Amino acid sequence: MGLKLQQSQHQHQHQHHSVAVKVNEQTGTKRGYTFIQANRAWLPKFLLLWVMVMAFLSTWIYKKMDADIKVRRKEVLSSMCDERARMLQDQFSVSVNHVHALAILISTFHYYKNPSAIDQETFAEYTARTAFERPLLSGVAYAERVVHSERGEFEKQHGWTIKTMQREPSPVRDEYAPVILSQETVSYIESLDMMSGEEDRENILRARATGKAVLTSPFRLLGSHHLGVVLTFPVYKSKLPTRPTVEERIEATAGYLGGAFDVESLVENLLGQLAGKQAILVNVYDITNSSDHLIMYGHQNQDGDLALLYESKLDFGDPFRKHTMICRYQQKAPTSWTALTTAFLFFVICLLVGYILYGAAIHIVKVEDDFHEMQELKVRAEAADVAKSQFLATVSHEIRTPMNGILGMLALLLDTDLSSTQRDYAQTAQVCGKALIALINEVLDRAKIEAGKLEMETVPFDLRSILDDVLSLFSEKSRNKGVELAVFVSDKVPEMVMGDPGRFRQIITNLVGNSVKFTERGHIFVKVHLAENTKPVVDAKVETCLNGGSDGGVPISDAHQFKTLSGYEAADERNSWDSFKHLVSYEESRYDASINMTVPGETSQSVTLMVSVEDTGIGIPLIAQDRVFMPFMQADSSTSRNYGGTGIGLSITKCLVELMGGHISFVSRPQVGSTFTFTADFGRCKKASFNDTKKSNTEDLPSSFRGLKAIVVDRKPVRAAVTRYHLKRLGMLAEVAGSVKIAASACGKNGSSCGSKIQPDIILVEKDLWLSVEDGGLSLRMLDWKQNGQAFKLPKMVLLATNITNVELEKAKAAGFVDTVIMKPMRASMVAACLQQVLGIGNKKQAGKDVQNGSLRSLLCGKKILVVDDNMVNRRVAAGALKKFGAAVECAESGKVALKLLQIPHSFDACFMDIQMPEMDGFEATRQIRMMESQANEQMNGSGIDKGFARKGEWHVPILAMTADVIHATYDECLKCGMDGYVSKPFEEENLYQAVTKFFKV
Amino acid sequence: MLGLAADRLRADTNRLLAFLFHQGILDEQFLQLQQLEDETSPNFVSEVVNIYFHESEKLLRNLRSLLMDKEFSDYNKMGIHLNQFMGSSSSIGAKRIRNVCVAFRAASEQNNRAGCLRALELLEHEYCFLKNKLHELFQIQQQRALAAAVRYPMQN
Repeated sequence: MGLKLQQSQHQHQHQHHSVAVKVNEQTGTKRGYTFIQANRAWLPKFLLLWVMVMAFLSTWIYKKMDADIKVRRKEVLSSMCDERARMLQDQFSVSVNHVHALAILISTFHYYKNPSAIDQETFAEYTARTAFERPLLSGVAYAERVVHSERGEFEKQHGWTIKTMQREPSPVRDEYAPVILSQETVSYIESLDMMSGEEDRENILRARATGKAVLTSPFRLLGSHHLGVVLTFPVYKSKLPTRPTVEERIEATAGYLGGAFDVESLVENLLGQLAGKQAILVNVYDITNSSDHLIMYGHQNQDGDLALLYESKLDFGDPFRKHTMICRYQQKAPTSWTALTTAFLFFVICLLVGYILYGAAIHIVKVEDDFHEMQELKVRAEAADVAKSQFLATVSHEIRTPMNGILGMLALLLDTDLSSTQRDYAQTAQVCGKALIALINEVLDRAKIEAGKLEMETVPFDLRSILDDVLSLFSEKSRNKGVELAVFVSDKVPEMVMGDPGRFRQIITNLVGNSVKFTERGHIFVKVHLAENTKPVVDAKVETCLNGGSDGGVPISDAHQFKTLSGYEAADERNSWDSFKHLVSYEESRYDASINMTVPGETSQSVTLMVSVEDTGIGIPLIAQDRVFMPFMQADSSTSRNYGGTGIGLSITKCLVELMGGHISFVSRPQVGSTFTFTADFGRCKKASFNDTKKSNTEDLPSSFRGLKAIVVDRKPVRAAVTRYHLKRLGMLAEVAGSVKIAASACGKNGSSCGSKIQPDIILVEKDLWLSVEDGGLSLRMLDWKQNGQAFKLPKMVLLATNITNVELEKAKAAGFVDTVIMKPMRASMVAACLQQVLGIGNKKQAGKDVQNGSLRSLLCGKKILVVDDNMVNRRVAAGALKKFGAAVECAESGKVALKLLQIPHSFDACFMDIQMPEMDGFEATRQIRMMESQANEQMNGSGIDKGFARKGEWHVPILAMTADVIHATYDECLKCGMDGYVSKPFEEENLYQAVTKFFKV
Repeated sequence: MLGLAADRLRADTNRLLAFLFHQGILDEQFLQLQQLEDETSPNFVSEVVNIYFHESEKLLRNLRSLLMDKEFSDYNKMGIHLNQFMGSSSSIGAKRIRNVCVAFRAASEQNNRAGCLRALELLEHEYCFLKNKLHELFQIQQQRALAAAVRYPMQN
């Protein structure tokens, strides 16, 4: 037990392993990641990076915009500053020019005129009236040059002494410059010596040396305390040479004209005229001394925008002095909101875009994850499904094994002496066990189909005998119920077809079993014909409708009877006589024709059969019709209570039909019946193999009835056709008569004419017909006829019945009416047996397996056979098996020995050759034997001597391969190297018989 | 009394056979072998089985020596032995031994030495088991034959 467990465990592990591998493979191939999926870990980093880049970008945008604004601001500042500077300069130069004009006026009218045309009054008057010309000058005054030697005379002449700036009498100097003429606004400086002021003196000296207007550095003016500068012009006595030297200028100097510029108010006025004076701050500096800038206008320490300032040069016409104007904004540059908002909005938008992308990516990742998960689950579910099927198959198989033990033991138990109770128990147990096995087999089939493990065989088989078998299986049940069971196979259906007989049988068994289960009255009718025949039938049906059923001959006694097998209504009227007879008649016409000419369909490789199973049972409720083929579904739960069954049968049937390349359908009417119809593809048998296998596979129908004539008395045409079909299979000629009367008259007539062409040997009468006519005195007539002394020609009477009571039987026999009764359902072999009994034709062959066994014995008896196998046990067993059938066996333990033994001439009739042998395997040995034989044959033919013991003029010993694994490839290999067939090892009688019949004729 | 013994022996035979079948140790082939037994070869089964034992022991010895060899590499030869073993086992219907042989051959085809050793042990075990059981069976049958002979001396 332990060992067994270990073994099964091992098996399990293996299966599990294979499933796991499968799963891995599937997931492996399906796992294709997208770009996003592959970089899922990087997604937050991508987002961060994006945000950073965008922040950087927006900062950059801000900076750029800000810089632009600054540049524009600077440009504005510089243009404003330049404008101010130019205006200031212009105004200044206008004033300077006017002072220049005054200087020329003085030199002209004070010095060139003698006496002077200008006195203080005139000057004051003139300067006052021309003051609008010099808006920047607070006033002008003229100081004469007086040397010390002339001081006394000068003072005397003017009547005042020269005073210094501090209004004290001037100390003695080389030179003086007392103001003699002055504008009224500055009259307080009259008589003041301009040379006494430090700056004035410097100015004066510089002016007379250059001959141009000169300016002082800014200082507080005497009158207004505003910052100001003094402008000084020299006035020359005489006209100067064109290029005067400094000495000449000094010499020619007569006096100095001066004016004070009030720079502060000047600039104030000027700026007041311009727009935007509030916006900027203006400072004017004297930068003659570059290290010490003197301010002329504005406050030194004004707050304002220190960051940005603009400097423009001023030229007031004095080359010695340098001035500059510095402008800056009053307020600091305002933060540029546009730039800020633009940048910020840009950033926000980019942030949102980034977030949306991130969200989308995350979503994609999630969806893909889900997808992969689903896929994996799907694969697992599929694997689980496969595993389930495998498990089911394994378990079913495992259950079957012990069940076989149980059943075997029960069978053994039943063999022993048991009391009747014990026997009953044991039998019940056995029946239950068999039912269980049947169920397990169904489940196993279902599981196998689902797991795709079910493979269809293609072997030649006889469809008709299988149908007979199936029907006889149900005959007991149907007879008990009184249900008529019949089969009809169209003549066009080939005798042998290639296909899977087991599965075909299973389908038929399922369908018929169902029908039997659900049918309480009426009939169950299985009909097989070629699928291409349906069409003419339909056409014919239309035709009959038009004809109106004129071809009567069938007396319909009951108006409610239908022209079906039993007279009950069927769901699908295709099987009723109206269409059926056309099929039959069509076939008959074709049948005769096809003896000489080939039927077109026969040339094709495959043949499609249409099988219909018709019953008159309870039918399928309309609601349940669409789930009939679903496993474990029955019409409703009450069905399984009333009728039992699992409901798996039809689903298996459907699977099987589909595996056979057909499809199944049904027509059902509740309380009327159901008709299941399916098509299936079968291969046609080749004639050669057909003949070989015919004997082995089919039950042998005796040929002793060939040519006998029979009359079938039946008024139900369908049933008559079925009976005729069975008789035809036995080679009998059958006629149908509608009633006993007709049959009797036919007989009578023939009887009187004594030995005419139609002399029936047998008359088959349906039971119901017999009962109905029994009292009509017909039996008497028959009896009379019987006693007419024509006993040797007298046809035998056979009663056909579905069920018959003993009383009825006795009655019939007593009446001398019948010789025997054939119980339905009919099957050819049974009919044959009954007829043999009646006709007294001896059966030369035994029935069943004995036939085969016997025939095998007859085939092999006395034959000399060589068995080649390296395995001593196998050799012994093969020899034993063959000896049992009467063959003389010789053994060889290797290919070489066999070769030696088969040296020509030899006396072996056949050789069984193992394929797997060391040194020389079966194939090689066969090849060599064949070579040897062909050489011998050539030699023989060449020499032209026909030796007596050479059969058929040449050597060819049949060689059969013995092999443990019967695979078709191996079979092909066998044929290729010259073998004639194969038998599986260990020998099975049937197999052996099949193989051997090819060579040994009885 | 002797009749009872015969019945018991028959029951024993049946039980033993049923056990062997149930455990999957034997299959139908053994029954077919038994069917081959008739008057011309009354001891056919035991004869064949004895040949089988003889051959099998030889094969088992060979297999063991092959596997025990240190520089062992001749899986091919082992496969031949195994094929022989398998063939003869299926001929007498020793189903379980045949199955073990299949596993053994699979292991040897994969050059799986550990697997081979395991399988060999299993094979030896199964073989001993089968041998014992079949010996038991033959013993019973012998006794039956004796009993039958004793019971119906006239018929012979």
